[in-house]
Amino acid sequence: MTSPALQLDNVSVHLGGKLIVDSVSFRVPAGGIGCLLGASGCGKTTLLRAIAGFEPVSSGSVALDGLPISTPIKMLDIEKRRVGMVFQDHSLFPHLSVRQNIAFGLQSMSVAKREARIDELASLLAIGELLDAFPHRLSGGQQQRVAIARAMAPRPEVLLLDEPFSSLDVELREQLAREIRGVLKHEGVTAILVSHNQFEAFAMADEIGVIKGGKLLQWDNAFNLYHTPASLAVADFIGEGVLIDGRAVGEHTVETELGVIDTRQIQDFNLPGTTDISLLLRPDDVFHDDASPTKARVVEKAFRGAVFLYTLELDSGKRVLSLAPSHHDHAIGEPMGIRLDVEHLVAFPKLPVV
Amino acid sequence: MSLLILSMLLATPIVVVVSSVFFSAGDIWTHLLDTVLTRYARNSLLLVAGVSVGVLALGILPAWLVTVYRFPGSKILEWALLLPLAIPAYIIAYTYTGMLDVAGPLQSALREAFEWRYGDYWFPEIRSLGGAISMLSLVFYPYVYLLARAAFAEQSGSVMEAARSLGCSQHSAFVRVALPLARPAIVVGLSIALMETLADYGTVQYFGISTFTTGIYRTWNGLGSSVGAAQLSALLLGFVFVLVSLEAWSRQQSQFFNTGVRNRPSTPGTLRGPSLCLAYAVCGLPVLLGFVVPFMQLLVWASITYDTILTRDFAGYLFNSVTLAAITAIAALGLALFIAYGKRVFPSKLTRASSRLVGLGYALPGTVVAIGVLVPFAWLDNRLSEFMVATFDYNTGLLLSGTVFILVFAYLVRFLPIALNTVDAGLAKIRPSMDETGRSMGFSPAALLRRVHIPIMRGSLATALLLVFVDVLKELPATLLLRPFNFNTLAIRTYELANEERLADAAGPALAIVLASLIPVILLSRTLRQAGEAPSSLPQGSSTSDESK
Repeated sequence: MTSPALQLDNVSVHLGGKLIVDSVSFRVPAGGIGCLLGASGCGKTTLLRAIAGFEPVSSGSVALDGLPISTPIKMLDIEKRRVGMVFQDHSLFPHLSVRQNIAFGLQSMSVAKREARIDELASLLAIGELLDAFPHRLSGGQQQRVAIARAMAPRPEVLLLDEPFSSLDVELREQLAREIRGVLKHEGVTAILVSHNQFEAFAMADEIGVIKGGKLLQWDNAFNLYHTPASLAVADFIGEGVLIDGRAVGEHTVETELGVIDTRQIQDFNLPGTTDISLLLRPDDVFHDDASPTKARVVEKAFRGAVFLYTLELDSGKRVLSLAPSHHDHAIGEPMGIRLDVEHLVAFPKLPVV
Repeated sequence: MSLLILSMLLATPIVVVVSSVFFSAGDIWTHLLDTVLTRYARNSLLLVAGVSVGVLALGILPAWLVTVYRFPGSKILEWALLLPLAIPAYIIAYTYTGMLDVAGPLQSALREAFEWRYGDYWFPEIRSLGGAISMLSLVFYPYVYLLARAAFAEQSGSVMEAARSLGCSQHSAFVRVALPLARPAIVVGLSIALMETLADYGTVQYFGISTFTTGIYRTWNGLGSSVGAAQLSALLLGFVFVLVSLEAWSRQQSQFFNTGVRNRPSTPGTLRGPSLCLAYAVCGLPVLLGFVVPFMQLLVWASITYDTILTRDFAGYLFNSVTLAAITAIAALGLALFIAYGKRVFPSKLTRASSRLVGLGYALPGTVVAIGVLVPFAWLDNRLSEFMVATFDYNTGLLLSGTVFILVFAYLVRFLPIALNTVDAGLAKIRPSMDETGRSMGFSPAALLRRVHIPIMRGSLATALLLVFVDVLKELPATLLLRPFNFNTLAIRTYELANEERLADAAGPALAIVLASLIPVILLSRTLRQAGEAPSSLPQGSSTSDESK
């Protein structure tokens, strides 16, 4: 059995008369995993609840394999949509054992089939030993596994996960996210995840939509979001980096404080058309080079095991970030040679100085 | 230490009643066993079974409807469903008897309309076991409603949404998830309602049904056997004990049924057409039958008889009732503060145990308390007067048991737990860190009490006073057994007039009791409304916190 593709066309959602989700469109192919990424209050959870059918859409449509399930005129009943939902607080039924929780949506199955399905999910999610326990005895991570098993048991058309890992320890999150991704891919279920944590999103999703103020800013894979963000807002939200000033000179040259860049070396580079531009520099674009004539003073440094993340101050007072192998140990206040080593670069029109 | 003595003192009725089992009451016991004991037990059990069905049927569905749906008037119904709590069971029994009896307006109208005569037709007899079950269910269902409502409101909305997304309709989600989750709370409400049922004396006495409470009264007054009455009380206590254990167990269970952060769906359900009509019937009928109809009947009677009501006698009953209630309320508050602070300042197993011992009183039926108090006081009085006669040649008579003192003591046994609960809850709001903050800022304990504790506790103290005051005002069986000769209160007067079949005349004192009882019910409904409104002004729970900012 394969899951259908999920398609949203210009979906808007109002809550209490307020516009929360503003004309969002995207498509998750059959069996794909999408993620709605954004800060809290951006409307991503409301959008997820609209897909589930808990909130009505005020315009646009939500469709599965071309069949609309939510439009302003017609709402398919929640219980008939066949969406699986995993809630932030897990929402396991506290009066039922783990086995009964997973079996909750399997009423119409024969007993033998039901047991087989429970066993299958229990081994997939490594919860076989917990089947007879009650939810209040489980840890947060275990509850999350059970919640996912319960939602997947009836083989839903789409699986929706609302901040599924936010209640877990930071160390557990990425590991569990990768593991759950494996399970979803094994089951071939189309899924949408809501998260405010980009690393969780990178670990789990095929494609990610960055949402701000109810609007979808960009829908792309993790690599492109990081290296070629479509807007300053996306660049700001994804990864670490700083903006430095540049001047476009001629067709292929950009002058910066850190030297001249030949833009022909950079893939898919487009100048925004203005002379004064802002360039997004990621920490891995600023390379440590003692021989370089360009020097910057170390302001802060953070030890990250294999690498140092240096915050460096240029002569102009502008600060940039640089990753250097951790044997390049410079003291705070010391000057350090750097050069640009860019493979990906994004330029935006320079923001007017306020 | 004094705390322990105090709680021991208040526990004497239980000890006396339970230990009576080991005394021989002579032939009275065999007499009882031969004649009425099985009837008492059977009737009490039937009553308990019937009221269980009644309060569950009347209480659960309205609680569900007003928490999950919004429809015109649902906010009003939410607190109006509590109103029957203001009507004591014996008073609702009197009003319905007046309305539905052979000579009542309904049957008279039927006879007139169809030109029937008495005996020509069948009409349900209100003075029956079924009638008593209906009456008690109508006034005790709010306990189930209140606890069920709180349980439904606390259930995380996403648990219900999870059920919906797993293919449940709203209806089956209620049956499969919401109801089982609320079960412990509902059982707590049920056991409180059943304790009240077992404690009821006025209704069953008036309807002529022999239960334990009426049996105890008859054994004491009619047969004059204190040991027999005490032993019957002990049997009744056995039933009560089962209920208390059930309640404690359910409270414990409900901890496991916690669904975490409260998070209601942002769009409450709406009802239309036939289902809306059904909702009005389910929520409206209990209010109508449990409060509006009997209250109206009382008003009608009172308007007919007001010139005979407002007499000097009435002022006397009122004065007696209010004085008794005020004395008890103040004493209960003082003792409750003493125990609560004792627990706070000297926290130990001993202080906690003694406060729990005091707490048992609320489960004791008034008749049991009365017997448990009478027996030792009568003994004490006899010893005292023997001593006085021997030494001073002066007979003190019934110095303790014949006066108001014994009445107040019995009330304290029964109602101190209410004051203690309220004071405890108020004191819990003052966290120890607040004391420490105050002390570190250089406040003396007295200043701390004046500037921190009293302002925070004021509301709880007033509530404690009010609750005890009203409960004393309503109390019937213990007052009946313990009052000094010719000492009348509003409740006693209502009871006497009703038993003389002067129902219309009884409306005056009854109405006074109901009006006083309305005050705590209104208070309760106000806290309920505030609790219901809080979430809309505060950010909602976890999964929608996203949007609320």
